[in-house]
Amino acid sequence: MHYLRTSRRSLLQSAALAGCALGMESSLMAPVAAVREDSAQNNVREDAPSGGERMEVTLTVNKLRHMLDIDARTTLLDALREHIGLTGTKKGCDHGQCGACTVLLNGRRINACLTLAVMLEGDDITTIEGLGMEGALHPLQAAFIAHDGFQCGYCTSGQICSAVGMLAEAQAGWPSHVTADVAASPLLTHAEIAERMSGNLCRCAAYPNIVAAIHSVAGGRAG
Amino acid sequence: MRPFTYQRVADVRAATAAGAAHGVRFIAGGTNLLDLMKLEIESPSRLVDISRLPLNEIEVTPDGGLRVGALVTNSDLAVDPIVRRRYPVLSQAILAGASGQLRNRASVGGNLLQRTRCFYFYDRTTPCNKRSPGSGCAAIDGFNRIHSVLGASDDCIAAHPSDMAVAMAALGARVETRTADGLEHSFSLDELYRSPAHTPHLDTNLAQGELIVAVVLPPPPPGVQLYRKVRDRASYAFALVSVAAVLDADASTIRHARVAFGSLAPKPWRSPEAERTLIGQAPHRETFETAADAALNGARGYGHNDFKIALARRTLVAVLEQLAGGR
Repeated sequence: MHYLRTSRRSLLQSAALAGCALGMESSLMAPVAAVREDSAQNNVREDAPSGGERMEVTLTVNKLRHMLDIDARTTLLDALREHIGLTGTKKGCDHGQCGACTVLLNGRRINACLTLAVMLEGDDITTIEGLGMEGALHPLQAAFIAHDGFQCGYCTSGQICSAVGMLAEAQAGWPSHVTADVAASPLLTHAEIAERMSGNLCRCAAYPNIVAAIHSVAGGRAG
Repeated sequence: MRPFTYQRVADVRAATAAGAAHGVRFIAGGTNLLDLMKLEIESPSRLVDISRLPLNEIEVTPDGGLRVGALVTNSDLAVDPIVRRRYPVLSQAILAGASGQLRNRASVGGNLLQRTRCFYFYDRTTPCNKRSPGSGCAAIDGFNRIHSVLGASDDCIAAHPSDMAVAMAALGARVETRTADGLEHSFSLDELYRSPAHTPHLDTNLAQGELIVAVVLPPPPPGVQLYRKVRDRASYAFALVSVAAVLDADASTIRHARVAFGSLAPKPWRSPEAERTLIGQAPHRETFETAADAALNGARGYGHNDFKIALARRTLVAVLEQLAGGR
């Protein structure tokens, strides 16, 4: 049943928003559901300037269409996390510097934090939740587990979405900064993978294992 | 982020009309503008979304050059087969900048119009004539390691951060625009960017509502091309110094040369002085050192960035030696 599968996030939300209700076990479940409903409607920080223009936008995320009524200032990242409830995409720096929010837009990796949701009507968005599921992991998800490509895990969904996009770029023959001849299609060496993944930071510095995980899926293939 | 109204437009004429009002900004990729809006360094009253305009083609021009639509992404330009083969310095420059995610979203026009990464421009608690005209410059006597050594003024020493624009400057690119009155303008990169002088808040000579529609590359200059970027990290960092160069030489004589620097000045800094010094001379280290001296004659450090002058000199010499060796 849904309410018995209360996630860590729901509990944190209920702790933060529902406060003392947590103290009474018997009343835990209803407030959690209520908080989840409420959080989907309310994304405006209390200290944020008020009065933003509200707009309707339909976002297609993991092949499902979501009709949203949002402040025009809402980034794709906040729309995913706070309005649609897909919290796999993480907010790290919120300024395009860390890559934790990487998603695929029409198959290409982008920073969801530097993209306005209202600009994406009709686009195809894929998040970590759309790549695989329990029992049917995406090959990169399985490889990150096999190669221990994380410690805290906060950057991992961004790393994996970025790697999916990066492998498609390499498959299309894109060169990189470390490619000796930009007119050639390079092999995906460790150096090539490290350069192409440089937009994804890992505070735990699991980089050797992240590169190994991606390399195992790429198989050293020619781009 | 301050509230704004949002408007999509269907064509260039609608975009320039909508963009003509004070406080309106165009948004394409948004990778720099949204960053600045979150920090409230930019607070447009209205965003005009130009991302769906049909300005995303790369076409060969009748004279054998290339016309690049303003909305072509940085990635698509860098990996275009013609660019990789005929303008490799441009592919190299773009691939040296930002990250894969940012290059996938950032547009060519937006890359040209990105703002400086001066620490004080980004820090609203400090004076900055570019952000807040008349407030002063915290960088001149501050931590100015990343700042300009050429072309700065007493009011602003911010450097232009683009890699792409440096290669475009070396290639002699022209920027095509449409004004709100429907006029077509064309700028060299040197003409597009203003010198800071006493008005550093104005980065370019574009009028309100004037929209970049394309960048036109002339046919590639003769010779071999190279972009080299020197920075604090191996990847995903702005340049301390970069050089885009083209060299056409045989064993005894340099026939043609192009030289442009990045991150040394408020604009991508093409050096006709260096180019003049090279042409007709032997492609040897002494020639390259003389050219570098000519390029950096008049360079001025502000303390923390003094090293940039020597670094730029050495980087140019190294690039020219590599080009001469690989001709």
